[in-house]
Amino acid sequence: MSYIHIENAGKTFIQNGAEFTALSDVNLDIEKGEFICLLGPSGCGKSTLLNAIAGFDPVNHGSVKIDGNEVTAPSTKNVTIFQNYGLLPWRTVIKNVELGLESKGIDKKRRKEIAKEYLKLVKLENFANSFPRQLSGGMKQRVAIARALAVEPDIIFMDEPFGALDAITRMKLQDDILDICKNEKKTIIFVTHDIEEAVYLADRIVVMTPNPGKVRGVITVPIHHFRDRTSGDFLLIRDKIFDLLQMKVEEDIEYTI
Amino acid sequence: MKKLLSIKYVVVSILILLGIWQLAFTVSDYSSALFPSPLMAIQALGEMIADGTLIASIAASMYRFVIGYGLSVLIAVFLGLILGSLPKVFNYVNPSLQLLRPISPTAWMPFVVLLFGIGDLPAIVIIFIAAFFPVLLSTVSAVSKIDDMYFRVADNFGIRQPQLMWKVILPAAFPQIANAVHLALGSAWIFLVAGEMVGAQSGLGFQIIDARNNIRADILLATIFVIGLIGLLLDFLIGLLEKRILKAWGGEQ
Repeated sequence: MSYIHIENAGKTFIQNGAEFTALSDVNLDIEKGEFICLLGPSGCGKSTLLNAIAGFDPVNHGSVKIDGNEVTAPSTKNVTIFQNYGLLPWRTVIKNVELGLESKGIDKKRRKEIAKEYLKLVKLENFANSFPRQLSGGMKQRVAIARALAVEPDIIFMDEPFGALDAITRMKLQDDILDICKNEKKTIIFVTHDIEEAVYLADRIVVMTPNPGKVRGVITVPIHHFRDRTSGDFLLIRDKIFDLLQMKVEEDIEYTI
Repeated sequence: MKKLLSIKYVVVSILILLGIWQLAFTVSDYSSALFPSPLMAIQALGEMIADGTLIASIAASMYRFVIGYGLSVLIAVFLGLILGSLPKVFNYVNPSLQLLRPISPTAWMPFVVLLFGIGDLPAIVIIFIAAFFPVLLSTVSAVSKIDDMYFRVADNFGIRQPQLMWKVILPAAFPQIANAVHLALGSAWIFLVAGEMVGAQSGLGFQIIDARNNIRADILLATIFVIGLIGLLLDFLIGLLEKRILKAWGGEQ
């Protein structure tokens, strides 16, 4: 069985007395070390699926298993990075990075060393004693990435992590995350609604559609990192996704002159 | 420079206040024993400082205030953090709180005096009640408004109770709690005087009653002035403390 095994997974909510299906019939297998993008428009259940795998909000139909164990609650072995960074504003940058190490029983001095090491990795060692509010959005997200990596997780979940950033910072961070994660060999599940971002980052893209949220198709991206956003292969895959999302304009076959 | 400027405002403002008082004294035909001038009040103040009654009164009042207000804030914040984390329990507590909250602390005064007699306790109880409800309710509301994301982050990194309380809940709710604690200080100080006027034989509130009984309006007004001054000072000090903690916790300065 694969590392993450999702079988007939579904999630329904009761909303105003009526049942609402957020996610239906998802079957997906993810291998260790893969970079998976969950891609789709809002309401397609991509965040619901992520929260289910991360354990914040488990599915109520079917099953989601990591390493053979059913997911029922968040685990300290898998870390989630949020769009709003999830930094604690009352802690300095370095104290934020130490957060995950505190419940692991690591002593104070060692915690600081580890935190410094990961701050260096995201090139923020000079901001260790700043507070989050003093940093830009991109820097905050890098702190969140350092904090996630510091606990040496098996899986990193990212819920539209670059959604609040401007386009240029976003592209930079995309490179950073590829750089860092290829070295650390983590399994990454990355939610996004940006097609280009998905094609740029993912080993495989899970394309999802709404009403009800379900997987429309899985596309393998056979291009090496770092990818050229303007290359033919890149555009080809982008095209495939447009196809799956039925966003392509139908070509008119009949012509009248 | 900014500090200097604000001192200028304080001096001018108080001079204007004294000027109005002096003017009222000059134009009114009340006997100066009933309505003394600022100068007479200042002389009475000197007299009180010299014979030690002022210091004794302040000490008695401050003792009650620190105990009443301190205990009230500690218990209210503690209970508020717990009740805020247990919204289902709070639903059962809230109606009673809402019933007790609008009752003026002074309404409890006769009951408290009957129960505990005259002394330190009635004033302490009144101060306690005055600060308790606003701090408790603000703390509960502050906790219930904490962004869910903080709890997810804590959950993800394996931070559970009791650490969750002081690592996440308290600092996240702190700005709103501090605001309530600050406001409650003012009302607690106000009710201290009321409490001492009825239920004590010492302190600043009692001194006002004592001055009235001796028809010493100058002492009476001087005491009122001291009460205002201490209230201002306490407010300033707690504001300083609030700012310092907020700054240590990364707040905007």
